[in-house]
Parts: sequence; structure tokens; C-alpha cells
Amino acid sequence: MKYAIALILGMLAGAIVTAAVLVYNPFAGNRELTPLSVSDQTLMQLNYSRVADRSIAYTNDGESSTKPFPAKVLQLWEAPVRRTDAMITMLSDSRGYPVGFGIKYMSDSEQTNILNGEALIDSVWHIVLPGRGTLFVEQTENHWDFLRNVVLPSYTSSADSWKGTWSGNLTAGPGALGTAMVTGGSGEFADRSAEAVESVSAKAYSTRVGPVSVDGQIMIEMDVIEEQAFAADSDGA
Amino acid sequence: MFKTFIFGIVLGAALTIAGVMFVPVVDQARENSVVVVATNGGSSETFQINIPTDRIVVGAAGDTPKLPPDLEWPDELSSASAEMYKLRNVHNAVIGVASRVVVADAEQGDVVEWVLHMPARGSLFVGMDINNVVNGVRSGTLHRGTREFSRIRGVFSERWVASDGEDDLNRGRIELKSLFTSVAEL
Repeated sequence: MKYAIALILGMLAGAIVTAAVLVYNPFAGNRELTPLSVSDQTLMQLNYSRVADRSIAYTNDGESSTKPFPAKVLQLWEAPVRRTDAMITMLSDSRGYPVGFGIKYMSDSEQTNILNGEALIDSVWHIVLPGRGTLFVEQTENHWDFLRNVVLPSYTSSADSWKGTWSGNLTAGPGALGTAMVTGGSGEFADRSAEAVESVSAKAYSTRVGPVSVDGQIMIEMDVIEEQAFAADSDGA
Repeated sequence: MFKTFIFGIVLGAALTIAGVMFVPVVDQARENSVVVVATNGGSSETFQINIPTDRIVVGAAGDTPKLPPDLEWPDELSSASAEMYKLRNVHNAVIGVASRVVVADAEQGDVVEWVLHMPARGSLFVGMDINNVVNGVRSGTLHRGTREFSRIRGVFSERWVASDGEDDLNRGRIELKSLFTSVAEL
């Protein structure tokens, strides 16, 4: 009997140590620097709040800590959309002046790999800047650092919340250098493409309501906007 | 007994690593894709949105009824409107979410665009031709597809199909029809 207890205790200890190594692995997570952060090109910065009740509308399955907003918005409870969040939010420029709005869809990615420190989300933005045009941003986000540095401490805190200062990049692809792909839709962006990076700055998080003070930024490298590859493909064909 | 404890640690670590390696953390639910071969090549897929039951958000300026009713559409966005829906396949099963944006712009021309997001498959970004409406069908072009749709290009159409009945919960549906060709075929 004592051998069975020793084996079970050993297994528990091994599992806990392994889990701790996986979570606090310093080599896991996103790179701090992205190609855009050292770019000498003009960057377009769009800011928004990741707090649900500061958006125009936010919906999900209704069971996660981030509650849908407004409260009566239709929820995504069907199985194929249950692991998806959808948001409509105002976008402001670097001076805080509202310049448009964005619609963002975020779905848990099946490529998520805890062993590699990849808590992935497949997301797309439909960015609408009235008077200028529209943009579509596709990206894979890695939330590992955010989960490790903000969400996990809030669960281990006796106050069920986290307060501090944390900033980090979320974008991990699909660009080869870990950037998001931007496709122009209309106006001055029509038929053009570019790269972008999304990051967040967190100051407060609660296990009960999710983000309390978390701001997002989308940086789009404007000067290298170029004709879409598809256009070149079709010319060649 | 100490050797058993050490063996337990190794076994626990191995089982934990095996668990995170082989047990999928995320497994998105899927509906069968209802794709048909088009007459002159390519493939066609039809999506639909039941009105009003699939409406998630209706945001617009002025007196336009909002959904949900307490939604506040910012004054700065008076020239734009956005609607968000649940997206269904032709078998009426929810497969994703979609949004339709309309921007009135006297200088650059009005804009109507769709984004269709299917969590297990990918997303589609479609621009509709504001002037190309024939027999109630508006046509458009696929600007960009992601993941499963990343190597395709094609055209899109939208039309309103009114319901035969007079049921307020089933006024009709928005029908979105795609005709896609893979880039490799060009």
C-alpha cells in the first residue's frame, strides 16, 4: 500500500513540476521585437479597448469570464462557433481621435501547442476608416505570454485579480517574420497589401469579468503597402 | 519506497508531456462543407442567414432600429453601418459568423463588404460591387481568404429571399453564393 501511495505522490509531483516548467519556460512565448518595431517606415497606429463593455458590441458563448455586451446581444452557443468571440469596437489614432471602427473575430486555434508555449487564436479584423477605406487583417495570435503574465497571476491571487503593467505582442503569424497580413478593400487601400502587428497593454485583469484595463494597438506598416500578389499572378496568367 | 517515488516522478512527467502532446487542446466542431462543382470549373458554396433570428448586431446611425435595442452606435460613424449575423450552410446549420459593412462615401464611392468567419475553416473578405445588381442579385469579388480559403479566388453574390409565410420569426434569408477557383488552376 505504501508503495502505491509513494507512486501516486511521485506522479503528482512529476506532473506539477512538468506543468510548472511548461508554464514558466523562458524560451516559450512571443518574441518581444517584431520587424515593425524596428522599421523606419511610417506606421499607422490604431488603438482600441479590449474591455468588452467599452466596445460597441461583444459576444461569445456567454460562459467565459468576459461577458457579452450589451447584455442582450445574441450569444454564440452553437458548437461550431462556441469557441469564437466577436467584437465591434471603435478605433482611434495615436492621438486618441476616433477614426473608424473594427470588427474582430477570434477563434481558438487547433494549432495550439502547450509544449511549445503556443496558446493560439486565429483572428481577423475588418477595419473600416470612413473617408479613407477598408482593410482586412488576418493573423495568428499567441496569447501564451498574456496568459502566463496576466491571467494566471489573477487566478493565483487571493483577490482574484491582477494589477500591474504588462505589454506584449500578440501577433505570431502568418507572415514569415511573425507579422499579420493586411489586405486593402476599398478607398486608398484598395487592391493593396501590407503587414501589421497587434499588441496589448494590460493594467488590470479580473477572473470574474476578464479584462478590466487592457488596451490593444494595431500597427500597420503603411509605406510598404504594395500591389497584391494576386494581381501579379493574374497578369502572368 | 524512495525508488518508487522517484519512478512516480518520472512517470508523472512523462504522462504530462504525453498528454499535452497527444490530447488536442482545441478541437473545433465542424459541419460538413456543402460544396458543389461549378459548371465551367471551380467550386460553388452557398451560405445563408435567416432573418431575423440570425441577427446578432445591427448598428447604424439615426433612427435605424438597433440590435440589441440598447446598442449605442457612435455619432462619429454616421456614414457607416454594420450588421453581424450567424452564418449557416444550405442545410441550415450554423457554421460561423459574418458581418456586412456599408459605408456611404460621396468622394470614393459607397462600399459594401462582407467578412465571413468559419472557425474550423477560415475567413473570407468580400467586396460587393455597389452598382452591379441584376434581378436583385448583387455581385462581388473575393479580396482575400484565410487558411482553407487562402489559395482561392473567385466571385460572390448576395440576394434577399423572402419567406413564403408571414411569420415574424422567419421573414426570409440572405443568400450568399460563392464561385471559387483555386489560384493553382489559373
